[in-house]
Amino acid sequence: MKVAVASGKGGTGKTMVSASLVSVWRSPVIAMDLDVEEPNLHLFLHPEIKGKRTANMEIPVADESRCSQCGKCAELCQFKAISLMGKIILTYQEMCHGCGGCIAVCPEGALSPGYRELGEILWGRTNYGKFLMGRLRVGEAMSPPLMRQTKIRLTEMTDLNGTDVIIDAPPGVSCPAVNAVMDSDVILLVSEPTPFGLYDMKLAHQAFSQLNKPMAAIINRAGLGTSEMAGYCKSSGLEILAEIPYDRGIAEAYAGGRIIADIDGEFRKLFTGLADKIKSIPEASGRRGVPNG
Amino acid sequence: MGKIAVSCEEPALDSRIDPRFGRAAGFLIVDPDTLEFSYVDNGSSQAMSRGAGIQAAENVFRSGAKIVLTGYVGPKAFQSLSAAGIQIGQNLENMTVRQAIEKFKAGDVDMASSPNRMGHGA
Ligand code: SF4
Ligand code: SF4
Repeated sequence: MKVAVASGKGGTGKTMVSASLVSVWRSPVIAMDLDVEEPNLHLFLHPEIKGKRTANMEIPVADESRCSQCGKCAELCQFKAISLMGKIILTYQEMCHGCGGCIAVCPEGALSPGYRELGEILWGRTNYGKFLMGRLRVGEAMSPPLMRQTKIRLTEMTDLNGTDVIIDAPPGVSCPAVNAVMDSDVILLVSEPTPFGLYDMKLAHQAFSQLNKPMAAIINRAGLGTSEMAGYCKSSGLEILAEIPYDRGIAEAYAGGRIIADIDGEFRKLFTGLADKIKSIPEASGRRGVPNG
Repeated sequence: MGKIAVSCEEPALDSRIDPRFGRAAGFLIVDPDTLEFSYVDNGSSQAMSRGAGIQAAENVFRSGAKIVLTGYVGPKAFQSLSAAGIQIGQNLENMTVRQAIEKFKAGDVDMASSPNRMGHGA
């Protein structure tokens, strides 16, 4: 089963939940950090990195001497990543989505494939099993292509029929967040019971509902703020699987790069209970182990 | 003298200058000698989440203008306009199109050699 740990906004404790779940999971599990813009799961799981590779995307490189200035490439590109200004063909690398359309449409063979580096994919082992992460290059704006390549690496690393995957997803509801949760079997929404937290969770709940997957909530810093969150979860059929209390020990563990399930027996019990509840959620049909997109 | 494209809010010589090049409502394409003008709508650029400046540069290029007067031009649009040999006068705000043209004719507009604003989509 693939479990995506998501949140409507950053800073809700999503990564600390992911890390703790990985640490208490009773069957083989891979920890996968798909929050490629700001990956930080490794800061808690301390993997030994065993390998890495660069993720690239194909972009056009223009040979002006062959260009007949027909303008077909610029007309095709909906991202304005290639533009014909008079006699000059201009490419804007960082705006290119790598679809290859311009290269295919050029009648003169003036465009050939080059590469833009998206970031890197790293993998290794932690005390709890295999580990995989994507990390976006500083200055790179497009996460989804790197996330797709990270998911491909996942299928190379393991036979997903015998192994579960816990995905630390990017916060929010934008394209990268949807990309991270879309082929999971269960989506967990980590939120704080404050008015802003509730607002962001509602957005995420509504956006991800369209994927028709089982979803459940985890309330972090329970006891802070309002009880409206419980009301919302109840009225919208979103089960609350765990409530993590507001506790000084958590802040200290977090700051020290430690896993909260390791703080004491109470916290461990909280997360083993959560893991058992997650495992009992019936999986979304038909998608098991197939990376999508 | 070549035609001048001025980013504007409305299709009139007394329209206020629109300081944003990429997201301007439109461009007044003005003959500086006769003050005859035509209007190029830039709505297609305004609607774009990214690449507005490049689209706007293409719109200006197609109009045949050789000079742009505006508030600020982003780095991509700057590259694009420069590639086409279009000269760029920036930092014009809080004035009408007519005033901008007069200022330019009086030689009071610095023609830029680099973009005056960073960031994408501009
Ligand atoms: S590869 Fe696709 S996105 Fe990139 S410049 Fe060509 S047409 Fe545009
Ligand atoms: S499609 Fe090829 S030949 Fe036509 S403008 Fe683009 S690069 Fe030049």
